[in-house]
Amino acid sequence: MTTFSKEELERYSRHLIIPEFNIEGQRRLKDSKVLVVGTGGLGSPLLLYLTAAGVGTIGILDFDIVDETNLQRQVLFSVDDVGKPKVEAAQKRLIGLNPHVQFNVHNVQLTSQNALDIIKDYDLVADGTDNFPTRYLVNDACVMLGKPNVYASIFRFEGQVSVFNYKDGPHYRDLFPTPPPPGLVPSCAEGGVIGVLPGIIGSLQANEVLKILSGVGDPLAGRLFLFDALTFETRTLKVHKNPETPEIKELIDYDQFCGLNLNGKSNKEEVKEVTVQDLKNLKESGEDFQLVDVRESYEFDICNIEGDLIPLGSILDNTDKISSDKKVVVHCRSGARSATAITQLERKFGFENLYNLKGGILAWADQIDTSMAKY
Amino acid sequence: MAKVIIPTPLRKFTNNQASIDANGGTVKESIVSIADQFPELKKHIFEENGEIRKFVRIYLGDEDINVLDKENTKVSGESVISIIPAIAGGSL
Repeated sequence: MTTFSKEELERYSRHLIIPEFNIEGQRRLKDSKVLVVGTGGLGSPLLLYLTAAGVGTIGILDFDIVDETNLQRQVLFSVDDVGKPKVEAAQKRLIGLNPHVQFNVHNVQLTSQNALDIIKDYDLVADGTDNFPTRYLVNDACVMLGKPNVYASIFRFEGQVSVFNYKDGPHYRDLFPTPPPPGLVPSCAEGGVIGVLPGIIGSLQANEVLKILSGVGDPLAGRLFLFDALTFETRTLKVHKNPETPEIKELIDYDQFCGLNLNGKSNKEEVKEVTVQDLKNLKESGEDFQLVDVRESYEFDICNIEGDLIPLGSILDNTDKISSDKKVVVHCRSGARSATAITQLERKFGFENLYNLKGGILAWADQIDTSMAKY
Repeated sequence: MAKVIIPTPLRKFTNNQASIDANGGTVKESIVSIADQFPELKKHIFEENGEIRKFVRIYLGDEDINVLDKENTKVSGESVISIIPAIAGGSL
């Protein structure tokens, strides 16, 4: 039977004196293995609280590097961590918090090829990812392996929490059979998120993880919790198994499933591109061209390179503002939305003179005008 | 007349209104009545053939309309209809 040292007994004493939790609940935590997918806004509170609470083994999975825009909400990291791999910075912080926890570092992107192999060694997965393909991948792998999937998601001021695939209960595909088409729902990088929201929602997620592992309480299975930070309205809705949900037998190409990689080509490869250096040369050459900015007006207010502002959502209604008789460079923050805009304009209106600014305004700020703020 | 709660991602189509009073005796009539007020909202909720899109769930109170009478579920003055979109954000 798992035992505790004097230091551990003292550390966990506030758990041990809760009658329903006691040393048996703490022992279950110590015997458990949890994989946290994503070490960002949700992953930060998740990892901090699961570590502090004494979960025996915690897997930390991310492939990203800490950057300055993370620090507004990813409380796991500090200024010194900028530029370092997230999993390394996270592990260092967490070991400092609780040396009694075993950490497994996975400095990889979760893919259809590695997901089953990584997840099979864990009792439970906490999904703190930021995109639809990985959400469906985590869900499907958990369903195939029979692991509970503690889910949370955030957007601007709104959060969702649920426990999927718990004791054969409903899973993500029962709630959302298919993802929205690309471009309809912006990511956090495009849509923004209020910094404290992932702290609130990730903490609720951590609480569900601890309840399931310890066997204490009634997990949020078959229910979806919604929190609106603006109005402070909370709702808990019922989630049912959907008899029409197909059986999950294998992992698929999730980028394709989410419409991100149609015909084996990404949007970026399909559209013509110019580099930020090309654009600088073009500006200096005096050649007549048009620069179109497909970001939102509040992004334009942070930084801009004097393009004509036509947000992606309204681009197809504003084709009269886009030249068809000269070179048009289209840009956004990173180059993703502008590629989508070009693809839409080419397919629906037959434009042939559109060039995507590779790397977007971020690349401009990195390479051309380093005084410009990045966001 | 039911109250329809608009989720954050769709509020830009409703002049940032978080909830809207709708006309109609069923869930579908209620949502169509607000979609008529805010046409941009329509294409985010309905397919071109008029069916509710699969990445949006519609709830009456705390219950999924799919286990009630689907779009034809009756509503009253106290009813609260929720539009629940899939959102993915988290770690970015």
